[in-house]
Amino acid sequence: MAAPSASSWSWFVPLALGVTLLKSLLIPAYHSTDFEVHRNWLAITHSLPVSQWYYEATSQWTLDYPPFFAWFEYLLSAVAQYFDKEMLVVQNVNYASNATILFQRLSVILVDVVFIYGVMECCKCVNRIKESKEIMERPAFILAALLLWNFGLLIVDHIHFQYNGFLFGLMLLSIARMFQERHLESALLFAILMNFKHIFLYVAPAYVTYLLRSYCFTANTPDGSIQWKSFSFSRLFALGSIVCSVFAVSFGPFIAMGQLPQVLARLFPFKRGLCHAYWAPNFWALYNVVDKVLSVIDVKLQLLDPAKLSKASMTGGLVQEFQHSVLPSVSPFTTLVCTLLSIMPAILHLWLRPRGPRGFLQCLILCALGSFMFGWHVHEKAILIAILPLSLFAVQNKNDAGTYLILVTAGHLSLFPLLFTGPGNELKGIELRLQLSSRMFDCSLQA
Amino acid sequence: MERWSLITMILAVSLTVRWTVSLNPYSGAGKPPMFGDYEAQRHWQEITINLPIHQWYFNTSSNNLKYWGLDYPPLTAYHSLICAYVAKSINPEWISLHTSRGFESLGHKLFMRATVFVADLVVYIPAILCYIHHCEGPERKKVSSLLCVLLYPGLILIDHGHFQYNSISLGLAVWGLLGLLFDRVLFGSVAFCLALNYKQMELYHALPFFCYLLGNSLKRDLKGEGDYSVLDPYWREAWEGWDLSAYKVLHLMIRLIKIALIVLISFACCWLPYLTSFQQSLQVLQRLFPVDRGLFEDKVGNVWCSLSVILKVKKVLSPLTQLWLSFAATLLTLLPTCIKLTINPTLNGFKLALVNCSLSFFLFSFQVHEKSILLAALPVLLLLHEIPFMATWFLLVSTFSMFPLLLKDGLLLPYTVTSLAFLLITTTLLSAFDKVSLEDLQLQLFSQGVRRYIPQFTIPPQFAKLTFLLSIIAMATLSMISATLSPPPQLPDLFPVLVSLFSCIHFLIFLMYFNILHLSEPLYQKHQRKVK
Repeated sequence: MAAPSASSWSWFVPLALGVTLLKSLLIPAYHSTDFEVHRNWLAITHSLPVSQWYYEATSQWTLDYPPFFAWFEYLLSAVAQYFDKEMLVVQNVNYASNATILFQRLSVILVDVVFIYGVMECCKCVNRIKESKEIMERPAFILAALLLWNFGLLIVDHIHFQYNGFLFGLMLLSIARMFQERHLESALLFAILMNFKHIFLYVAPAYVTYLLRSYCFTANTPDGSIQWKSFSFSRLFALGSIVCSVFAVSFGPFIAMGQLPQVLARLFPFKRGLCHAYWAPNFWALYNVVDKVLSVIDVKLQLLDPAKLSKASMTGGLVQEFQHSVLPSVSPFTTLVCTLLSIMPAILHLWLRPRGPRGFLQCLILCALGSFMFGWHVHEKAILIAILPLSLFAVQNKNDAGTYLILVTAGHLSLFPLLFTGPGNELKGIELRLQLSSRMFDCSLQA
Repeated sequence: MERWSLITMILAVSLTVRWTVSLNPYSGAGKPPMFGDYEAQRHWQEITINLPIHQWYFNTSSNNLKYWGLDYPPLTAYHSLICAYVAKSINPEWISLHTSRGFESLGHKLFMRATVFVADLVVYIPAILCYIHHCEGPERKKVSSLLCVLLYPGLILIDHGHFQYNSISLGLAVWGLLGLLFDRVLFGSVAFCLALNYKQMELYHALPFFCYLLGNSLKRDLKGEGDYSVLDPYWREAWEGWDLSAYKVLHLMIRLIKIALIVLISFACCWLPYLTSFQQSLQVLQRLFPVDRGLFEDKVGNVWCSLSVILKVKKVLSPLTQLWLSFAATLLTLLPTCIKLTINPTLNGFKLALVNCSLSFFLFSFQVHEKSILLAALPVLLLLHEIPFMATWFLLVSTFSMFPLLLKDGLLLPYTVTSLAFLLITTTLLSAFDKVSLEDLQLQLFSQGVRRYIPQFTIPPQFAKLTFLLSIIAMATLSMISATLSPPPQLPDLFPVLVSLFSCIHFLIFLMYFNILHLSEPLYQKHQRKVK
């Protein structure tokens, strides 16, 4: 695709600036415990030596992201000390001075520049054949608007407080590179991304399958199936060395210190229970509901002894393990099997009949959705991993736009409990819906 | 793109911005014993729901007028009463007599912010939507100007930040203008009367309404543009023998009487409880027009305050002289534009007259508060799509002129962000920075006139752009300095004074500009086009 002329992208900067200004207005908004989580990590990485990072447990919000994110917090803390030194003291639990809030909010806004860059690269990949004079009808414009002004992301990052913006920027950049046939860069970016937040493991199968099938095998047979002879060991080696070196840089120091088991235990806390504090709308949520309903019916029919019922309430907003009353309890291994089964068709299809980067992206979205539906301890925020890439299809295809509308409405609705004490969050919700529906209607008119 | 979806998105963005600004502190937050405008509004809810109507404006043991006594006309009081009823159903503690003074809580703030939000949504925003819808021009330009108008920082910061209900009175004034636009004169008059009865500052707009209605009636009825076919055939027959001019004069009188009657009835309806005795009405008037409060209070961007930097006007002249001086100055400056409007009642002229009159009042009148600049900003907003460059400049200066007040309220962040956003959208969507030619500034006729005496007269576009940029930089610098540095001890009010001086000079230039625009408007003999 030819690079667009400079003047035809003049709308991008105001769009990006506009949303940045809106993010600045959200600085005084309600922030959740995730704010304290990140303040704690700033304190840990600043005040303690590396050997203590994954052992520190003064606060309940222990470090549970991979090492690259810890180093990122360390870099931030170097700037944070000029705002308010007190936030970097580990013992100052729930410390939230104005300077702290300002610094943390600003850091999310500034680091979002990676997200903006990722969106720009994705916009360049969008099909420009049906280019119209009217800026608002161009797919690139609509995609930029959908991604930059994605309200789910705004709520999670700039109100609830997290750093997903720049992580999704890396993911979008990686996808864009895949579309641009720059596979090694894409793999590098994804490896780095996984070492920032391991939730992106959800979509790793898509990457592995696609890179093996379409990059390591350099040619297909005439009917589209694998040509085994075209396997390129040099490419596999290149990919492997990139990925391994990234992981080595990330986990190396901790392996050297013999802390790998502890780090892995922190990264994959299976003791946190099947469902998160506020249920992600996935299969296990339905499973829990059915179990609850059955237990109530059984007690009424006196098939079940009430004393045997588990006392813990699954909807209490607490993170813990519990047993199901009627249906069999679910173990992490079961969820893994279910997830793998759900993404198997997509993976197999990608392997047997790859259709270039488009096929890869479709598989990526399906992996994200499958892992969301059947994963262990899924957060509702994880739906964004499926929503953002789907935007790329939504602006090019009417059917995808319809799917996107449903997914985004449901997904963003499920994020509302995150704002449970924010003043006027209901108002925000209404506006969000207005924005959403109008934009969706418009984009579904395209293509 | 579908128009309705675009408008929905614009509305959603505007509402979101209003909501985010309302997250910030309000006027007088956490500052006993007097607090601020927020407490005043809460107090009025307390007074109106707990005391009988005849006591609202009087100093009694239950109603201490020194503590935020009611000083707006009855419609504000009725509105406070309605809000108080809602408040009572949620939490009576908010408005309990005496004990709720200085009440502050997160829930209460949410309630109060919601009342402003609803007022905005119900009165102001529909009026603006209606107005933009009936403007002329390409669809895209109308939609862009809608976004810019709705994101004007001044009104958002004062209503949703500082805390006031200007959107109601300004919205009603726009409905009044719309009434005149659609030739529904009676509706327009009623709407404007309601606006007047909500905030007496709307008197700044009253003269243009009067002049326009008078001029329009004169033109239509005396110059033979009236439609006589609507008359009953019986009456037409009866008039047949009479002189046509006498008929026209009678028609004019009927029209004017109708308007006068409707105005009187509207006023009577609003003031009904206070018309029972002369003492009641007098007391209300005394509360509305506190003539013993002096020429100005606080630092405001008008002429008297700026003059007092060099010459202490308040000390040199007696209070009565001050009153007459401000009256004379105001009258002198607004006379040309009002006369022009009566002679040539066009809608464009009407909007310009609104700007000129409200600016004259702001600059030269008695007891002006810095928030009164919103009364001038409103008609400029309505002209935004026609002269984007000057309108944007004026609107930015108007927001800046209120900066000391906003800084005191802790609204520095929303002020910075909304002003930047406004500058961004006007320059990108309306190309405000590029429209600096004589034609875009609507100064062609004026410059043609001047060139008869000074042949080389012109306003180079680069000059306009440069002065605009310098102005913006000066405003940004002054804002930054005021926010970060502390003033020297011997001049504690240095920064507010600098801000008001800067604003005053700008407003004087704008007054000249808008007057030139109105006075150089050509006189048409035939029917005007509906909207320009």
